[in-house]
Amino acid sequence: MAKIHGAVVIDTERCKGCNLCVVACPANVLLLKDKEVNDRGYHFAYMAHQQACIGCSACATVCPDACIEVYRVVEK
Amino acid sequence: MELDQIINPANKVYSRPALLNDNTMHYCPGCSHGVVHKIIAECIEELGLQENAIGVAPVGCAVFAYNYIDIDWAEAAHGRAPALATAIRRLNPEKLVFTYQGDGDLAAIGTAETIHAANRGENITIVFINNAIYGMTGGQMAPTTLEGQKTATTPYGRRPDLNGYPLAISPLLAQLDGTCFVTRQAVHTAAAVRKAKAAIKKAFKNSIDGKGTSVVEIVATCSSGWKMTPDNANKWMEKFMFEKYPLGDIKDSAK
Amino acid sequence: MNEDIRLMKGNEAIAHAAVRYGIDGYFGYPITPQSEVLETLEALMPWETTGMVVLQAESEISSINMVYGGAATGKAVMTSSSSPGVSLMQEGISYLAASELPALIINVMRGGPGLGTIHPSQSDYFQATKGGGHGDYRLIVLAPSSVQEMADFVGLGMDLSFKYRTPAMILADGVIGQMMEKVVLPEQRPRRSQDEIRRQCPWALTGKTPNRQRNVVTSLELDSALMEKNNERFQRTYKEIEANEVRFQAYDTDDADYIIVAFGSMARICQKAVEEARNAGVKIGILRPITLWPFPYKAIEDVAKHAKGILVAELNAGQMIEDVRLAVHDSIPVEHFGRMGGIVPNPAEVLNAFTDKFGVKFNFTND
Repeated sequence: MAKIHGAVVIDTERCKGCNLCVVACPANVLLLKDKEVNDRGYHFAYMAHQQACIGCSACATVCPDACIEVYRVVEK
Repeated sequence: MELDQIINPANKVYSRPALLNDNTMHYCPGCSHGVVHKIIAECIEELGLQENAIGVAPVGCAVFAYNYIDIDWAEAAHGRAPALATAIRRLNPEKLVFTYQGDGDLAAIGTAETIHAANRGENITIVFINNAIYGMTGGQMAPTTLEGQKTATTPYGRRPDLNGYPLAISPLLAQLDGTCFVTRQAVHTAAAVRKAKAAIKKAFKNSIDGKGTSVVEIVATCSSGWKMTPDNANKWMEKFMFEKYPLGDIKDSAK
Repeated sequence: MNEDIRLMKGNEAIAHAAVRYGIDGYFGYPITPQSEVLETLEALMPWETTGMVVLQAESEISSINMVYGGAATGKAVMTSSSSPGVSLMQEGISYLAASELPALIINVMRGGPGLGTIHPSQSDYFQATKGGGHGDYRLIVLAPSSVQEMADFVGLGMDLSFKYRTPAMILADGVIGQMMEKVVLPEQRPRRSQDEIRRQCPWALTGKTPNRQRNVVTSLELDSALMEKNNERFQRTYKEIEANEVRFQAYDTDDADYIIVAFGSMARICQKAVEEARNAGVKIGILRPITLWPFPYKAIEDVAKHAKGILVAELNAGQMIEDVRLAVHDSIPVEHFGRMGGIVPNPAEVLNAFTDKFGVKFNFTND
């Protein structure tokens, strides 16, 4: 059976920590940094559970600041 | 599989559209404007219209739309974007001309320009962001503010006896013979964003093909103005806004 | 060369001249006494010949913003209206000035304030020359006094407007708009091609090509330091216009004891008054400002050196007189003669004003 591997790259300086990607992710991959902030003071998003990512792009699609790139590999 | 095997240009399935430039958007965290800017940029790119697109920015939060999408732009006086777009398209019939307007700009001060451009069937696309509030000036009542909704100028909630009723603009525009496509969309989920993008692309094609006026209303949030977190604003929108402003195509006669 | 001489109204002459100049777009809304501009353009159907766009808008507010949109793409665009309609356009005119867009606005003035009257007036002088809209800006203001000048100033106004990238106005009145005279129409010119526009107007919205940055036409600049720079640039342009574009006409001023300063239709009436005055032994001359802004301060200062007094004759309560007084620095008496509410005086009233204000006696002979 094919296995899907996904990952996202977040432009953390562009991220405003709005949390919409966290809510949109169907695999609960993303979280906002609890304490760490970017240069503008936002708790940016990061992959907390990368292994669960399926590269579906839901997070990037709803991101208002277009700061998420999505990668996807389907392993046959 | 290791992370660096996945993060490889060959495996990239989603990236920022090239037409969105590097400027950091001035919008508040979670603002719907950013999503709509992004899908407009994607549509222009995918239709190959970068060199032929002219946008008309409104007054309101989206006044700086011209800072983000890398095409030629005019910045209109409050409410007048459809008048500018009318002349731009008539004088440059080969161009894709679209306005980008909020509810205050389009449905209050610019109602006349909107209705008459649509009624003349100008070959333009009107992207209408309806978040039921004036964002830029600090959260005052808009024509589309819901009954009971609290704003800076309706601190106890909108009362029809004092403030009139919420104005549903899209069904009104759909009645006009000049409109070919009127649809209401949202951008609160990935599925909704994809549908909204398809609607904008269809509207742009109509404009290029000279089929009449296309209107894409985006029911949107203003988390700052509504005083909610962005995800709570989405939930509030689904619960209350969609009742008054239900999503879906209202008119599609451009087939 | 065969001149194309026609008999027509001033308003009609504007329409014909617009097509022949190669104007790209006219956007207007009916209002008396200038509706013939739009009517004539619709009848001429220039979209079939030159490709000119003519559109009846839903309001003057819309018209001026259509002009803004068209001008932003580098096209030669214009509108016309009359006083109440021009009041509605002031916001748009301020935006045009702030965005450094060329455009031509025609005001065929009627009496105000308010809805006022449909009859002729010159009571929008302040609005036109001092900035009717908000902010520090100026309009190039041309005042025609004949149907010929109505036609000629379309081209002149548009040329100046493009030269300085600032809007221009033809400030006419109901007399000039409605009266019929012979007029020599200009030869038909082609409209500019898109290549010419790209070359001449690199700032215009012609579609962003890979070889240039995106063009943004906006009047907004929230950075105060940059906004002050913008204002300084506008002011430099205005200084340049003041230095180069003052236009006026002097009639019989060389030997005149008294000078009339009048513009537009009033200057025509005063010409007859001067003729009668000279027959009655009084040497009066006229200085007619053609550009109301930039105003011919220097020319008026010069004629004042040899005159005993100046009568400023206007179809208003006294507006241009303020500029005339600025020009002469109290060196000689400056008095006003005006009629309001749409009344057009006859030459005798002008001469009576000389008697009333300056004690001038005329020896009229009954011949």
